[in-house]
Amino acid sequence: MSTREKVGWGIGGLIIIVYCLFPVAWIISLSFKSSDDIANGQFLPTAFSGENYEQILVGDAAGLFLPALVNSFGICLIATFISCLLSMFAAYAIARLEFPGKKLILSTALAVAIFPVISIVTPLFNLWRQIGLYNTWPGLIIPYLSLTLPISIWTLSAFFREIPWEMEQAAQVDGATPWQAFRKVIVPLAAPGVFTTAIIAFFLAWNDFVYGISLTSTEAARPVPAALGLFSGASQFESPNGPIAAAAVIVTIPVVLLVLLFQRRIVAGLTNGAVKG
Amino acid sequence: MASIEMSHIVKQYGDGYPAVNDVSLDIADGEFMILVGPSGCGKSTLLRMIVGLEDITSGDMVIAGDRVNDKAPRDRNLSMVFQNYALYPHLSVYENIAFPLRLAKVPDEEVRKRVEEAASVLELKEHLQRKPANLSGGQRQRVAMGRAIVRAADAFLFDEPLSNLDAKLRGQMRTEIARLQRRLGITTVYVTHDQTEAMTLGDRVCVLRKGVIQQVASPRELYEQPVNLFVAGFIGSPPMNFLPATVEGTALSTPFGQVELGQERAEKVKGHELLLVGIRPEYFEDASLVDEAKKPHGSTFTARVDVTEWLGDAQYAYIPYEAPEEVAAQLKELSRELDSDQLRTQAVVSIDSTSRIREGREAEFWLDTRKIHVFDPKTGENLTRDAEAGRKLTEMAAEDRVDQVERAKV
Ligand SMILES: Nc1ncnc2c1ncn2[C@@H]1O[C@H](COP(=O)(O)OP(=O)(O)O)[C@@H](O)[C@H]1O
Ligand SMILES: [Mg+2]
Repeated sequence: MSTREKVGWGIGGLIIIVYCLFPVAWIISLSFKSSDDIANGQFLPTAFSGENYEQILVGDAAGLFLPALVNSFGICLIATFISCLLSMFAAYAIARLEFPGKKLILSTALAVAIFPVISIVTPLFNLWRQIGLYNTWPGLIIPYLSLTLPISIWTLSAFFREIPWEMEQAAQVDGATPWQAFRKVIVPLAAPGVFTTAIIAFFLAWNDFVYGISLTSTEAARPVPAALGLFSGASQFESPNGPIAAAAVIVTIPVVLLVLLFQRRIVAGLTNGAVKG
Repeated sequence: MASIEMSHIVKQYGDGYPAVNDVSLDIADGEFMILVGPSGCGKSTLLRMIVGLEDITSGDMVIAGDRVNDKAPRDRNLSMVFQNYALYPHLSVYENIAFPLRLAKVPDEEVRKRVEEAASVLELKEHLQRKPANLSGGQRQRVAMGRAIVRAADAFLFDEPLSNLDAKLRGQMRTEIARLQRRLGITTVYVTHDQTEAMTLGDRVCVLRKGVIQQVASPRELYEQPVNLFVAGFIGSPPMNFLPATVEGTALSTPFGQVELGQERAEKVKGHELLLVGIRPEYFEDASLVDEAKKPHGSTFTARVDVTEWLGDAQYAYIPYEAPEEVAAQLKELSRELDSDQLRTQAVVSIDSTSRIREGREAEFWLDTRKIHVFDPKTGENLTRDAEAGRKLTEMAAEDRVDQVERAKV
């Protein structure tokens, strides 16, 4: 690459980064503005204040926010775990076995994934109330599985397809049962795929708003995105933008941490060297 | 240690096409058997049926006296080296080699001993802690071999193990494999489409064509007494030349003049109108360089040389000839099937590297008629094959093998 090209790419990259990160920076800056500073008409707060964080963590809004945080974590982690486990087996079967209805499963999964959430939430609301799942953790975990499973099955089966058949056959010749071959060879090789899938599934569940607001009524099960919508200002005339921004920053932290923590695993092309180089 | 006996093995894939068709083959305990043939002839399929990765449609597979048709791979106690090595990328070289032992729950101390033993045989000692991704092609190949030899398997199976290596390394590993097999004395089945590997490694070679066995014999027998056109054309490089011929008394009339067969062979080819004579390139020589004493064993002819190739230790001359339509078509078909790309009907002739024969000129050649074979173009059958002589060659090879194994043990 010539110097000119390098500079061009650099500038291009910079523009994209600024464009993507600007809203994030804005939210962070907003979260540090005190309530009378919010409308100061400038990007940075006049004085950095922890008022908003105080309010959602120990102040008035803590009652709304902290249980919601616990709910979100609990529900999303459980949903992610179940969906990874199920989709691992499903995807393995899809990638490795020839069975009737394989196409049907994949296309149904796709259909479920693109099905508009809003159209099933009302019937679900009625059903859940009748069978007692309304406003409970399982009442959210189940619909979250419908969000996360299709995409998990698709991504994981793509990953499994990448793993050479011969890996497993070699293990079988070496004396492994099919289960041992799966556990000792396929699962470790698929680990980056499973991590990627887990993260995608977690985000999908973590970001959900419609189910969260419709299928819960109290802090027994209400997740963060729904709770944010219920924040109110100190008075009727004050908008709750500051606390919302602070809460938004807090819920973004686990997402960023997850990506930073696992990006090596996600990126690592673990299958390198499995076959001829 | 085990013998492998196959009787009437058939493999049909989903579409009903028999990839392996009625193969019966006995491999003796400790024997090095080569499966060879053009790509797609069913070599891998046969190997994978032995190891248990492919179901057997019909027939019996007997290993060490037990019928194993319905046994899972892990119950057959065979070890296999895959074409692309199939190393476990998440495990170190040590753990890769130890993998079969770990599955068998061998104690740690024993594992260490055996892995180190295998590693020192294969010169992998300094790489034991590395991951396969960081190794060169040759090293990976050796790790795959290590994984195969670390366990006391009944037989080794190789599926084109050297085809991913460059030519120099391939030569090294070839001799390595030969030495290892002799030392361990373990029954080995080795799939390849490489001439040199087939000729140098095997005690016996099994030539397959479209899933059907053509001939099973020692490399020498295959070379000197092939059963048919296919085997004759497949074994040898550059390949055997096939010239159209007609019988005239006890001689054949070919594009390169009259070739005397002698009473006995003439008897065998009688009654055929059109024939194909198979002549290996080295049966030719520059006539001016042939001993007077040798000359009566052959015939001389003059021909125009199209191209010469001088390789230092050898020299090849290409001589075009005319062939009747039907023969030309059949030869083209044969060379297509053999994966060679001979476009025109021309003979490849090996002449001494000091020969002054140059391209574009007429030159006089001598042809040794003692070892030529005559084929029936319709059936491909070798009409002049001397089965007795062939059997002797294969017996000799078997004796050599016993001798070599004895020596390697000392
Ligand atoms: N899984 C399969 N399904 C259907 N046909 C196959 C399959 N594997 C191999 N074949 C066919 O069987 C024949 C033999 O294949 P193979 O044993 O791999 O040949 P080789 O190893 O000699 O090149 C080929 O014609 C190939 O197309
Ligand atoms: Mg093959």
